[in-house]
Amino acid sequence: MADKSEAYLGIQDYKVVGTRPIRHDGTDKVTGRAVYGADVQMSRLLYGKTLRSPHAHARIKSIDTSKAEKHAGVKAVVTSADLVQEYEDKVSSLGEASVGLRHLIGNVLAGDKVLYDGHAVAAVAATSVNIAEEALALIEVDYEVLSPVLDVRKAMEKGAPLLHEEMKMRSLGEQTDENSNIANHFQHKVGDPEAAFGDCDVVIEQEFTTQTVHQGYIEPHNATAQWNPDGKVTVWCSTQGPFEIRSQVSDVLGLPVADIKVVPTEIGGGFGGKFRVYEEPTAVLLSKKTGHPVKMVMTRTEVLKATGPTPGSYLKVKMGAKKDGTLVAAQAYMAYEAGALPGSPVGAGAGCIFSPYNIEHVVIDGYDVVVNKPATSAYRAPGATNGAFAAETVIDEICEELGVDPLDFRLKNSAKEGTRRADGPIFPRVGHEECVQAAKAHPHWNTPLEGPNRGRGVASGFWFNGGGTSTVVASVNSDGSVSLNEGSPDIGGTRTSIAMQLAEVLGISAEDVIPQVMDTDSIGHTDGTGGSRTTFATGWAGYSAAQDVKRLMIERAAKHWEIDEKDVTFDDGVFTSSKAPDAPLTFKELAATLRRTGGPVVGRATVSPSGAGPAYAVVMVDVEVDPDTGKVDILRATIVQDAGKAIHPSYVEGQLQGGVAQGIGWALNEEYFYNQDGTLANASLLDYRMPTCLDLPMIDAVIVEVPNPGHPFGVRGVGEVPIVPPPAAVANAIYGATGVRMRDLPMSPGRVLENIWKADDSSGNGKA
Amino acid sequence: MERPDQMPVVWIPSLMRNLTKNQEQVSIKGETLREVVENLEAAYPGIKDRICEDDRIRPGLAVSVDGVVGNEGFRQKVDPESEIHFVTAIAGGA
Repeated sequence: MADKSEAYLGIQDYKVVGTRPIRHDGTDKVTGRAVYGADVQMSRLLYGKTLRSPHAHARIKSIDTSKAEKHAGVKAVVTSADLVQEYEDKVSSLGEASVGLRHLIGNVLAGDKVLYDGHAVAAVAATSVNIAEEALALIEVDYEVLSPVLDVRKAMEKGAPLLHEEMKMRSLGEQTDENSNIANHFQHKVGDPEAAFGDCDVVIEQEFTTQTVHQGYIEPHNATAQWNPDGKVTVWCSTQGPFEIRSQVSDVLGLPVADIKVVPTEIGGGFGGKFRVYEEPTAVLLSKKTGHPVKMVMTRTEVLKATGPTPGSYLKVKMGAKKDGTLVAAQAYMAYEAGALPGSPVGAGAGCIFSPYNIEHVVIDGYDVVVNKPATSAYRAPGATNGAFAAETVIDEICEELGVDPLDFRLKNSAKEGTRRADGPIFPRVGHEECVQAAKAHPHWNTPLEGPNRGRGVASGFWFNGGGTSTVVASVNSDGSVSLNEGSPDIGGTRTSIAMQLAEVLGISAEDVIPQVMDTDSIGHTDGTGGSRTTFATGWAGYSAAQDVKRLMIERAAKHWEIDEKDVTFDDGVFTSSKAPDAPLTFKELAATLRRTGGPVVGRATVSPSGAGPAYAVVMVDVEVDPDTGKVDILRATIVQDAGKAIHPSYVEGQLQGGVAQGIGWALNEEYFYNQDGTLANASLLDYRMPTCLDLPMIDAVIVEVPNPGHPFGVRGVGEVPIVPPPAAVANAIYGATGVRMRDLPMSPGRVLENIWKADDSSGNGKA
Repeated sequence: MERPDQMPVVWIPSLMRNLTKNQEQVSIKGETLREVVENLEAAYPGIKDRICEDDRIRPGLAVSVDGVVGNEGFRQKVDPESEIHFVTAIAGGA
């Protein structure tokens, strides 16, 4: 692992870092030249489609594919019988998450049971998409339909329909005897919360629910596979983690990783949802059977029914404070829907829920519960938004009870360096206080909000940020440009943010770096683009590779000048020496001489940095609520976030704005509607309501920079935490506008109106 | 300053404190995480099975040493003044 350089940390006058160059991939993307997964074309290409379960919960008694196989134009049909039948169950990596291999295989093509509406059952490869779809209709599946369970609390009840009959609850490694839909229970406890609540002057306890929501990336999942006669296979797909996809394809199909090459195409959004394999193994199987390359592209309906989403949840949160505004104790019961397979992000949610604060006495119980919905995947700060919605609403109630300004309350109780998290570890240098101070000073907070039915809300959010492993290779070209090969798919402008860190060290411009995302055969292992890790970790690899290049270039300058290396100095892209006749030489001038001093210079680095810096955000929202319809309009939204160091401020602002936009969608409209039989009723973007630019004001993004001491430039990572505070901030603003507390997401017009009516009824002003 | 008898402190997850006589934290000898876990098991039988599976940390769990979740598993070095926590492994999303 590379050492961090104190020489860089916290410097304010960088030449490249902190500027706003045009993104390297911009032209390709705005001119349509960038190749996305659906654009992949090759000769003899076949098209694959997947038959999906119409039932939320059913046993598969038999599958007859004979008619489909005879259909003209059909080249192959696969079912679970074509998957590996004998394997040792183990944990398969989904990037930063993991899943049992048995469950992963069963999600690719269902074995004896289907567990959600849209669960893949069989797949066809044909000469056209239409023929493949016709063939799907000819596959006969005999189902024994079972009762579904769709709500986390019902799934936890004794006697609930069991998704996995053999599953028993584990409680930190201890298995209970009872079969259950609860896969896992854990608890964090510090201090003595039970006693501490007794010493509080104000104690608020409330219950909350959130619904299943989807990441909503614009590009559907896709995979193209080409099986070669030598037994090697190439997979092109849209993914956040090509190495994770390679590993999962290997696990699911029992192939050596050496025989699998994954080529990440450009990616049209992921937000955590593009780590897990869906149709990649199926496309490989169909290609192997047919000898043709096979392309599979999901429809939006398939994306909504069978990929993602993030869990619905039930939370009960209790918090207590002294009259002077000191937070003393907190308790949370968090039950998250994992979907059909164990593995909800309740653990992360529990680690985040109270982390903006320094609270001496805390207890948190978390439950991971399976229900008949698609297996959940990560979504921007997975699990944290659910928790923040509950805790930050309770904090707003405490502030009201105590008559304290909510930002002053957050400042007084803020977590800081040395604060112990509820799950134990102590915080390093963090920037929540600085974010709250910046929010207090912001014009948004200091501008009176006038007019009827309007309210202002605020909330804080926390996310850990991740580290992981990254590899880059930097080759100096004869014109002084540097080709930068990396393994991180570029979702939010990371080609440029990594190139900038390399350029800063070498004293060249960002435009002089040519970044390229490589396939899994062409670069060393790199963990996926997730966990807000890429500008931090792959950026660190870029920094370290640049140090390697710098060292080699100093050697070459010495050779060129026929002097000792120690007599060469390098500063701001210029090599100098008092002993050299034609000194100084710029980086470009020296690059032109490399062929005469030993050939190309190639720097490389593989890093696994452990100093990821946690991130905080504070969001302020103004709303206006229509008392007749319950519709909530967002009048103004501001996010203040600690980025550590913003390598490219425009991209940081984009991440902040995107996170807030998604958080507002989650707050106001987004939810999966299930019919009683467990079928999804709104599996299209006409009915699954995401916010558009017409729904949102310009979101003001304020970057706070509290450098992360664990990174050479102080980077923390920015992609996830901006989604955490918005639902709570919106709920608090709605309370300001209506006097009604919203404790169930989404806060759609009907739900808001219902709560207004209920409040009117209880106050004797009933309208209904 | 390091005391001559100082040992790494292991914080015990609340659901496992029945194995440590309700102690929230225990001092355990060891220069690597493996040694700490082995010594923890020797002092409090049954604890290793709860946190480990096949000579590795159980899936879904992670180990934080002095606030940092490393990637060296049981090989990770610990100092006499280290603080060790068994925390929930996290997943990231963007």
